[in-house]
Amino acid sequence: MRHYFSKKNRALLAELVRTDFKLRYQGSVLGYAWSLLRPLFIFVILYVVFVKFIKLGTDVPHYPIYLLLGIVIWNFFSEMTVQSLSSIVGRGDLIRKIRIPRWIIVLSSSISALINLFLNLLVVVVFLFLNHVDLLRTTLWLPLILFEVYAFALGLSLFLSAAFVKFRDINYIWEVVLQAGFYLTPILYPLTKITNVTFQKLIMINPMAQSIQDARYATVTQSEKVITAHRLFQGGWYEYIPFIIVLLALVSGVYYFRKESKYFAENI
Amino acid sequence: MEDVAIKVENVSKIFRLPHEKTSSVKSVFVNFYRRQKGYELQSALKDVSFEIKKGEFFGIVGRNGSGKSTLLKLLAGIYVPSKGQVHVRGNLTPFIELGVGFNPELTGRENVYLNGALLGFNRKEMDAMYSDIVSFAELGKFMDQKLKNYSSGMQVRLAFSIAIRAQSDILLIDEVLAVGDAAFQQKCYDYFQEIKNSSKTVIFVSHDMDAVKRFCTRCLFLDDGQVQRVGGPNEIADTYVRSNNQKMLKEIKRNKNGRRFEIKTLNAHGKPNDSFEYEEEMTVRLSWDPRKSSGVKNVGVAIFKETEYVFGSNTIGRGLELDNESSLKISLNLNAGKYRIVAGLFGNDDKQVIDFESNGPEFIINPAKDSKTQWAGLTKLQHKWGSR
Repeated sequence: MRHYFSKKNRALLAELVRTDFKLRYQGSVLGYAWSLLRPLFIFVILYVVFVKFIKLGTDVPHYPIYLLLGIVIWNFFSEMTVQSLSSIVGRGDLIRKIRIPRWIIVLSSSISALINLFLNLLVVVVFLFLNHVDLLRTTLWLPLILFEVYAFALGLSLFLSAAFVKFRDINYIWEVVLQAGFYLTPILYPLTKITNVTFQKLIMINPMAQSIQDARYATVTQSEKVITAHRLFQGGWYEYIPFIIVLLALVSGVYYFRKESKYFAENI
Repeated sequence: MEDVAIKVENVSKIFRLPHEKTSSVKSVFVNFYRRQKGYELQSALKDVSFEIKKGEFFGIVGRNGSGKSTLLKLLAGIYVPSKGQVHVRGNLTPFIELGVGFNPELTGRENVYLNGALLGFNRKEMDAMYSDIVSFAELGKFMDQKLKNYSSGMQVRLAFSIAIRAQSDILLIDEVLAVGDAAFQQKCYDYFQEIKNSSKTVIFVSHDMDAVKRFCTRCLFLDDGQVQRVGGPNEIADTYVRSNNQKMLKEIKRNKNGRRFEIKTLNAHGKPNDSFEYEEEMTVRLSWDPRKSSGVKNVGVAIFKETEYVFGSNTIGRGLELDNESSLKISLNLNAGKYRIVAGLFGNDDKQVIDFESNGPEFIINPAKDSKTQWAGLTKLQHKWGSR
């Protein structure tokens, strides 16, 4: 493990993340502020349409914050996987001509996404205070829940970035999958809107649905309207399915990436 | 075994080149379904074995496409061998080209740090060497400009200044000398001399036989993915040049359409002649049959002394009508000796050889009256002595 995070690798990782950040908002007037403004605008639109117009979630306490937290976590997941997907191909010039650990490239784009996540979480905290939400002791669980999301996204990122080297259709497929995932995950709507329990259960198998619901339960409200995997599966072994999926994604992602990364230089 | 830096054992590298780009999911399914091979195998290296000892300046020569770069990438660990093994003792520079990872959108300063990180230096270490790098590259004023505004020469200078900071035991150098101006090349040479005198191991890939002869202690000649020969730099450079010439001749012969054209050397009175005085005017007349050598767009004449290329010129851009004849007047300010004409008829570019004669008529130049006593060498350059 020490070998993986040697001085050389840490220096490279830091510099790649720095470069990523410098280049991302280059030439834009507001610069880094966009990392915050973009999710805020999306939140405002969704809030106006789904909460004010369609009146979703009127029975859930602090629904706007509940919505914002869900959007922030989902955005992190989607941003990290999308950026990582093209990271290896995007750095083709490096890969073809220099021997650096390939996983560092994926890790660096995942860290860029993580930094964005923390900035966005600061916004969530501000809203929590403005809405006078009581600070819950379960908030301490949030880092663990976010770690689960990160592990899931990392496994997928490793798999997608390696597959993208060979199959250039992957990015379009992944776009569609993400779009479907956004609606199949109870981000905009409370899960109580779906009355069929079997459908509820199918939806909650998804690690993203499970983690977003858990994060809301842990930080925003513990009202019984927030259906978590634990509540839904009533303690059956099914409630562990999301974690098993995360583990599988991570292990197979690492395995596939390790296998393929030897040939990146010639396949790109 | 202790003194071996790199050992290459029976290494082969086979590339799968897709026929049609099969980089979409659909084509994989289609090809799988039809059980077709969507690719073709190309072996870039075949059973290559050699050893490099510590402290050697080891040259690798070969024509384009002979597998040099593939070999270098295998040594660098960028590729993995299809068969065989590469053993490396000591740490090795991770890059094979200058300026890898340079980003045009970043400033010179930012690129220095990024490039340093690729070599494994953290910011602290880079801070310590930053001013040295900048002053060596002579780019002090430009460091806060974006790299895209640098000239290519400036970029190379910057890249080189960073690259020589690499603290590896084994250095890989691929054709650095092909870029940059004469002053920069001199800097490269100075650096090579310096590392040659140090205990570092260098693997040097080049087409420049002068550089190979000058620096290398041992060389490998790679041809068509196979090791043709390993030996001293002079021996290998000669073998390489000879094999190169043979291949070129073969290509020329393939292009020849039978009949040769005529080359004549004439004196100032238009009489055929093969003996000239120093600074006498010589006319080289080429004549050809347009029915047998059609489409002549460019004519070239060169003078060789043994294998030395003395002078050459062609008609590109001169707006001459080349029907069946062309002549070139040359003032022979050449020292005494035997010279040979090499001439060719070409199409639109010099790769399209219509006819070529590498063994043209020879002529002799008689010694100038003041040569040997007042000047020597191949030609008398304009010069003037002073007393201080």
